[in-house]
Amino acid sequence: MNEILNLLPSVLMMASPILITALGGMISERSGVVNIALEGLMAFGAFSAATTHVLLEASLPGWSIWIALAMAALTGALVSIVHAFASVTLNADQVISGTGINLLANGVTVFLCQVIFHHERTNSFRQGMTAGWGGIYPTAWIALVLLVAVWYVLYRRPFGLRLRACGEHPQAAASAGIDVRKMRYIAVIASGAFGGLAGGCLVLTQTIEYKENMINGAGFIALAAVSFGRWLPKGVAGAAILFGAAVAFAIYVVNIEFLRRLPPEFFSILPYVITLVTLVAFSGKDYAPRAVGQPYEKSGS
Amino acid sequence: MENHAIEMLGITKVFPGVVANDDITLRVRENEVHALLGENGAGKSTLMSILFGLYEADGGRILVRGKPATIRDPNDANALGIGMVHQHFKLVHNYTVTENIVLGLEPRSRAGNVDLASAGKKVAALSSLYNLDVDPKARIETISVGMQQRVEILKILYRDADILIFDEPTAVLTPQEVDELMGILKRLRAEGKTIVLITHKLGEIKSAADRCTVLRRGKVIGTVDVAATSEERMAEMMVGRIVQFRIDKGAARIGPVVLSVRGLTVRNAKGFAALSDFDLEVRAGEVVGIAGVDGNGQTELIQAITGLTEPDSGTILLKGRDITRMSIRERIALGVGHVPEDRHKHGLVLKFRLDENLALKTFGRPPFSGALGLLNFRKIAEHALEMIRQFDIRAGEGPATKASSMSGGNQQKAIIAREIDLSPELLVVAQPTRGLDVGAIEYIHKRIVEERDKGRAVLLVSLELDEVMALCDRIAAISKGRIVGIVDALGASEREIGAMMGGHRAPGQTDPGAGASGTGGAA
Amino acid sequence: MKAGGKTFLERVASSNPAISALVVLLGFLCGTLLVIAVGKDPLNMYRAIFQVLTGWDLTRGTWNSRYIGEWLVASVPLILCGLSMGFAARTGLFNIGGEGQYIVGLTAAQFVALLGPQVPVLHWILAVTAAMSAAALWGGIVGYLKARYSVSEVVATIMMNYIAFFASRYLTQLIPGTNTYKTPNFPETARLANDWLLDLTNKSRLNNGLFIALLAVLFFWFIMEKTRTGFALRATGFNKDAARYGGIDVTKNLVLAMAISGMFAGLAGAIVSLGSFSYGRVLGGMDGYGFTGIAVALVGNSTAPGTLISGLLFGMLQSAQPLMQSRQIPKEVTYIISGLVVVFISLRAGFGLILEARSKQRARKEATRDE
Repeated sequence: MNEILNLLPSVLMMASPILITALGGMISERSGVVNIALEGLMAFGAFSAATTHVLLEASLPGWSIWIALAMAALTGALVSIVHAFASVTLNADQVISGTGINLLANGVTVFLCQVIFHHERTNSFRQGMTAGWGGIYPTAWIALVLLVAVWYVLYRRPFGLRLRACGEHPQAAASAGIDVRKMRYIAVIASGAFGGLAGGCLVLTQTIEYKENMINGAGFIALAAVSFGRWLPKGVAGAAILFGAAVAFAIYVVNIEFLRRLPPEFFSILPYVITLVTLVAFSGKDYAPRAVGQPYEKSGS
Repeated sequence: MENHAIEMLGITKVFPGVVANDDITLRVRENEVHALLGENGAGKSTLMSILFGLYEADGGRILVRGKPATIRDPNDANALGIGMVHQHFKLVHNYTVTENIVLGLEPRSRAGNVDLASAGKKVAALSSLYNLDVDPKARIETISVGMQQRVEILKILYRDADILIFDEPTAVLTPQEVDELMGILKRLRAEGKTIVLITHKLGEIKSAADRCTVLRRGKVIGTVDVAATSEERMAEMMVGRIVQFRIDKGAARIGPVVLSVRGLTVRNAKGFAALSDFDLEVRAGEVVGIAGVDGNGQTELIQAITGLTEPDSGTILLKGRDITRMSIRERIALGVGHVPEDRHKHGLVLKFRLDENLALKTFGRPPFSGALGLLNFRKIAEHALEMIRQFDIRAGEGPATKASSMSGGNQQKAIIAREIDLSPELLVVAQPTRGLDVGAIEYIHKRIVEERDKGRAVLLVSLELDEVMALCDRIAAISKGRIVGIVDALGASEREIGAMMGGHRAPGQTDPGAGASGTGGAA
Repeated sequence: MKAGGKTFLERVASSNPAISALVVLLGFLCGTLLVIAVGKDPLNMYRAIFQVLTGWDLTRGTWNSRYIGEWLVASVPLILCGLSMGFAARTGLFNIGGEGQYIVGLTAAQFVALLGPQVPVLHWILAVTAAMSAAALWGGIVGYLKARYSVSEVVATIMMNYIAFFASRYLTQLIPGTNTYKTPNFPETARLANDWLLDLTNKSRLNNGLFIALLAVLFFWFIMEKTRTGFALRATGFNKDAARYGGIDVTKNLVLAMAISGMFAGLAGAIVSLGSFSYGRVLGGMDGYGFTGIAVALVGNSTAPGTLISGLLFGMLQSAQPLMQSRQIPKEVTYIISGLVVVFISLRAGFGLILEARSKQRARKEATRDE
């Protein structure tokens, strides 16, 4: 029992980036836009957080972590403007443009590493984020606050009512005078900011530098969490914790005696297998926002 | 000098390849019910969409209550007091009635949150003022179509609309609900509202409208006083020539039973029984029609017969063979033909060419397909040429024409050609003339009667009661997934069938559950 | 003015090869600008590309056919992974699991190479066949999940990529004699090396895989365009509902499409493993051909000839990487060009909008003139 409690901080550490990204994905899909680019946005965020922190660590101790996180969110938001422009204004295929950003992410971030640091990764920073009360990282609290905030805006504010309408029936929203395009832009950029922030959280809590391919599918796991969580804040939180637990378990399994005999790859696979299984067993296609993924065309009656 | 609520002067609207509105001038007087009559594609919906701000006109101007108005989006229209009840409801399915009504104009609490409680009160007040019965807390996906339409009306009344546009409002209503709607229109008029009614149903214009403007192919033909104009005259203006209301057909020569449906129950996606314990027989040489309001099980019936859905219980026999669980391919081979209700969704692969579409069911067999699975493109094209000739299909580039570039009428002709060419024992036809102009409609009706005269069994499902009554030999009325009654077309009245569609069995009507053959078709 | 005539711009916008060419040029332009922006000489990038295409080193004035050989070596797996994604795309599936299917093929080939019968010719044929079959299975699973459970193939294939990666690591290490990064050397009978090609390209790694890949391109074209299977697949891809209504077994076709798609990627894995290496690898990371294959397919518009040319193009970019790096150009610029190309291609619909606006304008002019 004690071991499970000991595992809690690491579960939260792993789950937080996934939850934050998943919240972003949920916002985007609730407005009707599939944001496949979350993986790439996390990479952009992780890169800018690592770079900012490394460069400012010495001159602004204590502050540089938070500035780094802000930069991460900003980077994610800026890059997602590309996806928003392609999907919303130009009615492009949302899956293709998102995939393009994912492909770009690795290229651009490592390219910049080469230019700035003359290496295929950033320099290591000396001290990442420090754990606080109970060994729990601040990222968990950030995730919690965002969870409550997102729920509040989506379900209590007029903005949220209108946003969700855009994802269910954009023509109904349009005839009520809502600017569907603007709503979707906001949602996609918000999801980019969330994704970037999550990437920053990931790099500042789990490692000491940014290097190629470090996101390793977390963005897609977040996407699966949105679907598994049936596009509801509660469900998405639960799914993120489940997946985060799988990832945490994979790393800390060395501490469990009889499981140590199994090959390490077995545990590395675990989060991905669990995600796949939940996708199959709980295919919640009926719960998706009705108009998600479809480009919005103005139409008459 | 009358007061005009709306004046649309010289409106022109062009879409790629078609002039939807050609220099149209429309004047609607204050507090009148003005009908806009025209066939599908005449431009009525486009014109009103411009008025409501969903489209922008390419030319012309609009005056509202005598003052020039620029309407760029629905917000502008709402500000001018114009509201629209759409043909395809613009309601969010999983929001409540109240949420749908206040969407975009939500009452707020002091903290700025959505105040659903006061919204609900407003909705209740509005609904009792206009006598529009709705349940403010119900979710849209659970309420009836009639109530959904009332929600649409309340949406625009909530925004203080004085000018109400109704786009084909009766297409989805039962005859009962149509009467209720006519009553609602009268009440709204009594409250001082101005109403524009877009429709192609002459009977409704006669009962509800004061004046009527007729559109044909994007141009105004004329504006008439409804009371002084006959239905025949209005139809002539709408179509451009004398319209035949009756179809010439000889007596039916009825043969053995081809289709036998027993105890069929089909559940829909939500788990409700869309079709319950359904019995039906169709014989060779007759056309049996299913009359009913959309959503009463017709779709599920067709899907079960053609193989798109598996029924939960019951049997389907084709000439004695049990096809209940057979694959679609097997049913095609046994002679089930299907003209689907949505030609773009199910009937054609729009990105394919005409000849590929014509071969959609037969491409895997010789002569279209040979050794190694190789396709014989020449034979496929030749076959298409033959079909084009026989069925008068207009296709700009012959067999190579992309299906997407063909007109609706010709697309439908292609589908019918494909089905009839296979000489099906049973031809299932759903909504065959939806969205088509009168010329195409006449042609398709002719072919259906031809098939029936050749000795085929035809099952027709249509939402247009006129079509069912003109084409069919026997008519089965369906309501809530069950047959309410089966009558001979000869001598049946629209009122009788309409009542059955609403679920009321006329006195003296035989219960179709007892015994197999209803009221006709004795061998 | 005659109605129905297309302006030059409209003709370009409606021609898929023209759009692909335009997009590639745009990608290169952005890459060039990026290189300039960080203070490097873009000519170095183009010199490297030239060298790879022709063998000529412009700065030193020497010629070495090995560069051409290496260009083709890099192109082969890219062409095949492009065929993989393209085949699925024609059936309406977005298979971004080429990387995982590649890994499965690679692993299976390594196994048969090291543990199979060392009979000349038969050995490598067996290895390649095993690779194709295993990868076909890997892809088919996703097809089945999609058809039966409506699981999004986009997320499912990414998960399968990682599962394949870790499984490959584990399974390969089971082969006797394997350490943490490589297996024992392959027997000669399992390798795809071809002496004639070796001579021709001055000891590059070009091998029989080249011919196998060309056969694969033909196979793709033949199946897709000429057979009834291809007809059924294309119908399913354009309109699943109409295909089903016409009697086509959509489930079977989705599985088949993903299986064949996986097969192409698995073939790529086998060829890289048995052609470019003399020993099996315990993968330390993903080779990346599957991911770049996505861009290859999109530029090639999922057709056989398009994918061939597109694969050669991206192969050119990839094989020029070490040359670029040695001239101080970060090799990531090629990944950036790939990524930009994919983003730009997604804007194809945007061209459609421009088209629509223009034809609307012209129709309006014509309509008002008819008064």
